[in-house]
Amino acid sequence: MYTQALNTSDADDRNVEDATRAAAFQARIDADDRIEPNDWMPAAYRKTLTRQISQHAHSEIVGMLPEGNWITRAPTLRRKAALLAKVQDECGHGLYLYAAAETLGTSREELVDAMLTGKAKYSSIFNYPTLTWADIGTIGWLVDGAAIMNQIPLCRCSYGPYARAMIRVCKEESFHQRQGFEIMLTLCRGTDEQKAMAQDALNRWWWPVLMMFGPPDKVSQHSDTSTKWKIKRFSNDELRQKFVDATVPQAQFLGLTIPDPKMKQDEAGHWVPGPIDWDEFKQVLAGNGPCNRDRLAARRKAHDAGAWVREAAAAYAEKRKRRQFAQAAE
Amino acid sequence: MATPNSPLWEVFIRSRNGLAHKHVGSLHAADATLALQAARDIYTRRGEGLSIWVVPSSAITASDPAEKGMMFEPAESKIYRHPTFYDVPDEVGHM
Repeated sequence: MYTQALNTSDADDRNVEDATRAAAFQARIDADDRIEPNDWMPAAYRKTLTRQISQHAHSEIVGMLPEGNWITRAPTLRRKAALLAKVQDECGHGLYLYAAAETLGTSREELVDAMLTGKAKYSSIFNYPTLTWADIGTIGWLVDGAAIMNQIPLCRCSYGPYARAMIRVCKEESFHQRQGFEIMLTLCRGTDEQKAMAQDALNRWWWPVLMMFGPPDKVSQHSDTSTKWKIKRFSNDELRQKFVDATVPQAQFLGLTIPDPKMKQDEAGHWVPGPIDWDEFKQVLAGNGPCNRDRLAARRKAHDAGAWVREAAAAYAEKRKRRQFAQAAE
Repeated sequence: MATPNSPLWEVFIRSRNGLAHKHVGSLHAADATLALQAARDIYTRRGEGLSIWVVPSSAITASDPAEKGMMFEPAESKIYRHPTFYDVPDEVGHM
């Protein structure tokens, strides 16, 4: 989900690991043991997790941008306070996740730089624009709904710090989805124009949201090792199906139409979506989505504009330390 | 000049009166005052705490998990340290 661009194979690295340690490690995973930062782990496990957790963190941080776009234009004070709180939560989630990623041995500065230089990816979904207020409702309802679907199994992920961060995130995420659904419900019970605005937002977000779960299982390249290491507990297609099954009745309740004329319900009751345009997904991941350049430019601008604050804080801390030493020496 | 990496702090929160401060996570900050403010913003957005401690991560000395046998085995073999090791006849009642 937040790691859609994990497209290099880490499996080869394992050959060079000490086979006995690797076997003992796998035995711990199989026994549902949690792996902690100081424990021995295969280099590929460390690398995969560093990438996955940091991409997840970048997604939370970049995810503030599409919604931040509407804070000053929220229709009421209640909506504005909720949206502000939600965007603050996304920032907090990013920080929990950076802290978890750092325990694997890469510094915060390196992780952030990898995002700013475009080396590290973030979720494709945040490269779409928020054109109307209904987009804010749709993001809460669908994007956060999809995120919850993905994040709940991650609370049981084999890496302790990641699992613990996910527990905190999931507790807070439920408010995000509910506030989004409430916005949609209000629009759908409003004027014809408001309802049309809600339908238009759903039309634009539906397919990109389904793409959030990543490529179909038959072409997903890292699922095998991630599953074996219990980083991933459900496949992309399984999570996507769960999400669609949960969402269709909600759309029906709102009186909105899912923009997929080919969607059918199978005998088991599952809603089976029509074919997903994976070319669009690849384009967005490759940097050619509607907002990729804007998002990175906004992050770089914020990072550069904050440089003097970081420098001043470091200089002040240094000055205080020197003064304390001087006083202690007197 | 590259900005030096800012120090890491461990955050402990007392959620209610009478409970111990519990480790909740870590954060980066230039000094203790900023660490405390950042901890307030990151870890107590929903009234999670009454009191916060921040401790420089570098000040923590940790045991080596690889040596947990040597560290903790001596306690495991001393089952006579537990009350259930001692037989008290039923007639005596709860003790």
